[in-house]
Amino acid sequence: MKDQRLESRVDTQTIKIQARGAQVYYGTNHAIKDVDVDILDKTVTAFIGPSGCGKSTFLRCLNRMNDTIASCRVEGKITLDDEDIYDPRVDPVQLRARIGMVFQKPNPFPKSIYDNVAYGPKIHGLTRNKAELDAIVESCLRKAALWNEVKDRLAAPGTGLSGGQQQRLCIARAIATSPEVLLMDEPCSALDPIATAQVEELIDELRSQFSVVIVTHSMQQAARVSQRTAFFHLGNLVEYGETGQIFTNPIDPRTESYISGRIG
Amino acid sequence: MTRASLFAQDKRTRARNATEKRFRAYGLTAIVLALLALLWLLISIFGNGLPAFKQTFLTFPVTLEESVLDKSGTRDPAVMAKATTITYGKVLTKALEAEATAKGIDLSALKKKGLANLISEESPATLRNMVLADPSLIGQTIRFTALAGGRVDGYYKGRVTLETAALDKNTSPEQLAVADKLKEAGVLTISLNSGFVTMPDASDKRPEAAGLGIAIIGSLYMMAVVLVLALPIGVAASVYLEEFAPKNRFTDLIEVNIANLAAVPSIVYGILGLAIFINMVGLPTSAPIVGGLVLTLMTLPRIIIPTRAALKAVPPSIRDAALGIGASRLQTVTHHVLPLAMPGILTGTIIGLAQALGETAPLLLIGMVAFVRDFPGAPPSGLFDPAAALPVQIYNWTTRGDPGFVERASGAIIVLLIFLIAMNAVAIYLRRKFERRW
Repeated sequence: MKDQRLESRVDTQTIKIQARGAQVYYGTNHAIKDVDVDILDKTVTAFIGPSGCGKSTFLRCLNRMNDTIASCRVEGKITLDDEDIYDPRVDPVQLRARIGMVFQKPNPFPKSIYDNVAYGPKIHGLTRNKAELDAIVESCLRKAALWNEVKDRLAAPGTGLSGGQQQRLCIARAIATSPEVLLMDEPCSALDPIATAQVEELIDELRSQFSVVIVTHSMQQAARVSQRTAFFHLGNLVEYGETGQIFTNPIDPRTESYISGRIG
Repeated sequence: MTRASLFAQDKRTRARNATEKRFRAYGLTAIVLALLALLWLLISIFGNGLPAFKQTFLTFPVTLEESVLDKSGTRDPAVMAKATTITYGKVLTKALEAEATAKGIDLSALKKKGLANLISEESPATLRNMVLADPSLIGQTIRFTALAGGRVDGYYKGRVTLETAALDKNTSPEQLAVADKLKEAGVLTISLNSGFVTMPDASDKRPEAAGLGIAIIGSLYMMAVVLVLALPIGVAASVYLEEFAPKNRFTDLIEVNIANLAAVPSIVYGILGLAIFINMVGLPTSAPIVGGLVLTLMTLPRIIIPTRAALKAVPPSIRDAALGIGASRLQTVTHHVLPLAMPGILTGTIIGLAQALGETAPLLLIGMVAFVRDFPGAPPSGLFDPAAALPVQIYNWTTRGDPGFVERASGAIIVLLIFLIAMNAVAIYLRRKFERRW
């Protein structure tokens, strides 16, 4: 894999998601403290930091998956295209159709490969007939670089695929609803290096259509796939900037310590 | 220091191995004891109960004379009803006497009523109903199959011997000798007793005519009521509590109480049913609808608990996946969680139903122990007609005096066991069928 660090540039400057003074509490535990971040459109943004630093928690705030945790409370303002996603008028179901998510562990539905991808378009009524649905399934599986491997067995269960294929299936499923932002929570932590490379390549291709936010434990991965990197530590956003700058010339001493392996 | 050999066990290892061996021995003993107890139970039930599926019948020609059975000659059932079962009994006795004489059997040793006693008291009524239902039979000679009397039936099943018959005022060795001759002549036959599962219960003195028909129908009606009510209510309650309800003191209280309700003695539900459904609502006693409602109350917690466990067992990653795509919570539950929980839910439901099928105590309190001769109608109105229930019928028969009912009660237990085994087999089949990996 070639080193992309020097070539990676931020392509656009449009702000897709903006967080201002975001706070997250689990009961009395203050998990995210006063985070301000701008996530740009058509950019891969990496969240890095040691375990328990709150990067996954913050990611799950962006599509309100934290709503399912009863003790979780979010304060501050997070906007998608300048609309507050925590506004009482917002239906999280609609929000999640626009902000897709890929999870740490591949979690395909115990249904056929076809049904896994077709599920999102079906429930959101994105297609009018079977032919359109077939077309979406095919294009999403192609985008997820899975089509050639599964085109002959679309009726086979998604759970029967290998780990890397399952994760790519989950990505195909997530992009089938044509989201604007794709959140990925350590998408490669359960995969071997070859599958990881495939998914990373895919992320880079997806950047042309979506804004991608990826949480990762691997700094190499962050350096390889992202244009911008945010470093979280103990619930604080310590440093946020261009990936090249964060890895070569960090401003905060904590970032430098983490990158060089002294904390974490 | 010398190194210990791997081939020699040290003291600690020997002690630990001995403990493990003892533990295995205890376990094996427990299982063997349990199997022996089960075997004993089955041998006793099948030994006592299998004869109930065989029955002694007398088949002989009966001439239905107009001068005796329809003196008016009108063939009007209302008028013909004047001829009572006593009359029909005499007709049967006369016909059997004629048949025996024709076969060359000497009846002179028989006492008064000795021949009449060979035929069950139930048979004249059966013949009378036949004739009243079809008056054109009058004047014809038909081949009629009558139930043999209880003692004669018992003689061929080993319950009555010549020694006991000598002490019994309901039979005599001479009568049994005649029965043997009738058997040789082919008049008396022992064959499969389909009436045991189709006929209604019979009175104390007629064990040979007692059947499970009404009890089976009553139990099926009740199971239908329980299934229709308890499955949807139980699953809906479980889904709400597991997937939608906020976790707070109030839902904790509900949870604890559901667990407690599952442990409440069933007779308490019977009292509840008596107070609410019969006294307050005014539903009829002995009706399957009331039994079904009471059993529904009893079964609900027993369905809710396994259903919630099945819902809990669905991995949260599936819920995340569906919610992450933008499925609503109800869509997440109906499209993904419920199908995955289905094997557990169905197993729980069927086990709950099986428990309800075998429940006796609450049904006693709502009057299902009553003696019912008339079959309940077709549902839904039939649900309000009096009926019996299988376990109550068993209880009822075990309290009766005639030794013939021992066999009937054991036979009924076999029928109940067959139902239970069938239901459990369905539960296993459904679990296998719906089981999926994730």
